[in-house]
Amino acid sequence: MKTTGMTLATALFLAGAAGAEEVHVYNWSDYIDEALLAKFEQETGIKLVYDVFDSNEILETKLLAGGSGYDVVVPTGSFLQRQIQAGVFQKLDKSKLTNAGNLWDMVAERTSKYDPGNEYSVNYMWGTTGIGINVAKVKEVLGEDAPVDSLALFFDPANIEKLSKCGVHMLDAPTEIIPAALKYIGEDPDTQDFAVIEKTEPVLTAIAPFVQKFHSSEYINALANGDICAVFGWSGDILMARDRAAEAGNGVEVEYHIPKEGALMWFDQLAVPVDAPNPDAAHKFINFMLDAQNMAAASNYVYYANGNKASQEFLNEDVIGDSAIYPDDATLANLYTMSPWDPKVNRSVTRLWTKIKSGT
Amino acid sequence: MFNFRRLFLILTPYLWLGFFFLIPFVIVLKISLSDYAVSIPPYTPLLDLSAGWEGIKSFVGELDFENFTFLAGDPLYYTAYLSSLKIAAISTFFTLLVAYPIAYGMAQAPDEWRPTLMMLVILPFWTSFLIRVYSWIGILSNEGFLNQTLMWLGIIDTPLVILNTSTAVYIGIVYAYLPFMILPIYSALEKLDGSLIEAAEDLGCSKMSAFWLVTLPLSRPGIIAGCFLVFIPALGEFVIPSILGGTTTLMIGKTLYEEFFSNRDWPVASAVAVVLLLILIIPIILFQRNEQKQREAGQ
Repeated sequence: MKTTGMTLATALFLAGAAGAEEVHVYNWSDYIDEALLAKFEQETGIKLVYDVFDSNEILETKLLAGGSGYDVVVPTGSFLQRQIQAGVFQKLDKSKLTNAGNLWDMVAERTSKYDPGNEYSVNYMWGTTGIGINVAKVKEVLGEDAPVDSLALFFDPANIEKLSKCGVHMLDAPTEIIPAALKYIGEDPDTQDFAVIEKTEPVLTAIAPFVQKFHSSEYINALANGDICAVFGWSGDILMARDRAAEAGNGVEVEYHIPKEGALMWFDQLAVPVDAPNPDAAHKFINFMLDAQNMAAASNYVYYANGNKASQEFLNEDVIGDSAIYPDDATLANLYTMSPWDPKVNRSVTRLWTKIKSGT
Repeated sequence: MFNFRRLFLILTPYLWLGFFFLIPFVIVLKISLSDYAVSIPPYTPLLDLSAGWEGIKSFVGELDFENFTFLAGDPLYYTAYLSSLKIAAISTFFTLLVAYPIAYGMAQAPDEWRPTLMMLVILPFWTSFLIRVYSWIGILSNEGFLNQTLMWLGIIDTPLVILNTSTAVYIGIVYAYLPFMILPIYSALEKLDGSLIEAAEDLGCSKMSAFWLVTLPLSRPGIIAGCFLVFIPALGEFVIPSILGGTTTLMIGKTLYEEFFSNRDWPVASAVAVVLLLILIIPIILFQRNEQKQREAGQ
């Protein structure tokens, strides 16, 4: 009922604004340099309506309901794969993407795991899931030799118990935390077998009481303000917290570490829903973002690596030169990807996740 | 002409309920009887009217109560329902405790003050609910206003951990729903005939017992209305626990969200919603029946 209402509202809205061409983009929060939005409007004369979300689940639900009204959306690889199966996306018209030559084959190879042949999507940005810390506070509770680059910082109860005094957050996403826990206990992080996944339960149950909150976006501010001292979160968000703290001059020093045991590598992909009101403008937007300088501007702003090889010469030194963002080859080899779980395993995992978080 | 108007008046509430309650409910009920599928929308079967009567028959044949059996089989759901009932009940109690003196004070205030006081109660509604709940993060967090003040005053040495606990959820609910409790109680107290209290005092009641024996019972309808207005939305509350609550605050609104968004299982999510509605509606109906009987007995 609500979706029908929303579709209607969107339809009316679109009908009302029929004069000017519009493109509706739905991207992650804090994920672009907003100056680029104005630049796109200037270059193309298309009005850009930009909305944000903070979880793949929200995006997916809108897409599955149909008639979302969006022309370009940015799901993460593992979600994209399932959404392609559900028939959510249209194939990209490569002839309209003249800047596609800028793409980085290292990334394209990996994203073809989710989108075979990269027919439905192109990479926007990619990153890792790892460790964010408030340097001074972590050293205060764990000493100088705190294992800040190891999963043991979170998954060893002895460490996290001490950290809980200054506050620990974790992503509220089993798709991010469970592979890390699997890696920690020496299992395959990409396993599809629930019996293996279940082995993480005792590990996670033991540490859950020390996690102040499982949330996927609040930690940026909490870490920057000094409200928490450690988070298991997304690389770019933690680096953004680092920058905000530096700008605020509040004496909080934030660092991001890729766990030495290996980290999950994820890819956020630009894709066009099958029922996009303006697929032509959607392609124009994607092509605009594929431009080397535009993509570099976005990365320089949000501190995430992108899938655009040509953009690298325009990147600031504190982006391209930071091994937390563009890892060296040895670290890169140690990163892993994961495939989506099938619906049955997924349900069991969500149930397990609730059990871990709430004890029920 | 008269009959037409009468019909219109009677029909309006039914049409309203039909459009905004019954039809959405039937849609949710239908989804709760369906099965999960990887498609748009993510469930099956869909009603195909073009196939005519046969289509409807096969559609109905595919519906079942599997999702409800599933809910009954997993302790998560009834634990979440019970925990929500508990949180809603405790919050309602505290809201009443805070609201009653405020409403009482407003009703006792001189006539010319009342519009201003009323305005002060309603004023927070002019700011977005979400922003008001968010602002509590700034007050309750470890480095927040409350802890800073208490530490500055020397009352505590280490910050109190309030944010991301159930305490923060209670504070949030009491704060957010306070006006819904104050207004009905105030309207009941305002109508109260002052001579009744004078009479009670003339007949030897102390001020205190006059309040217990006369004022409180006469404001009962306001208290009941206020409690309903707070309890019902608090039971299904999602925003406040997700912003202020921590990991251990289990509430049915959150469980519903997980079913819908994390599991993408709209049928089970709908089943959770249907059960929630039944939990709310059945006690209300029983309560109203009881009230009616009492009223009839009183006459």
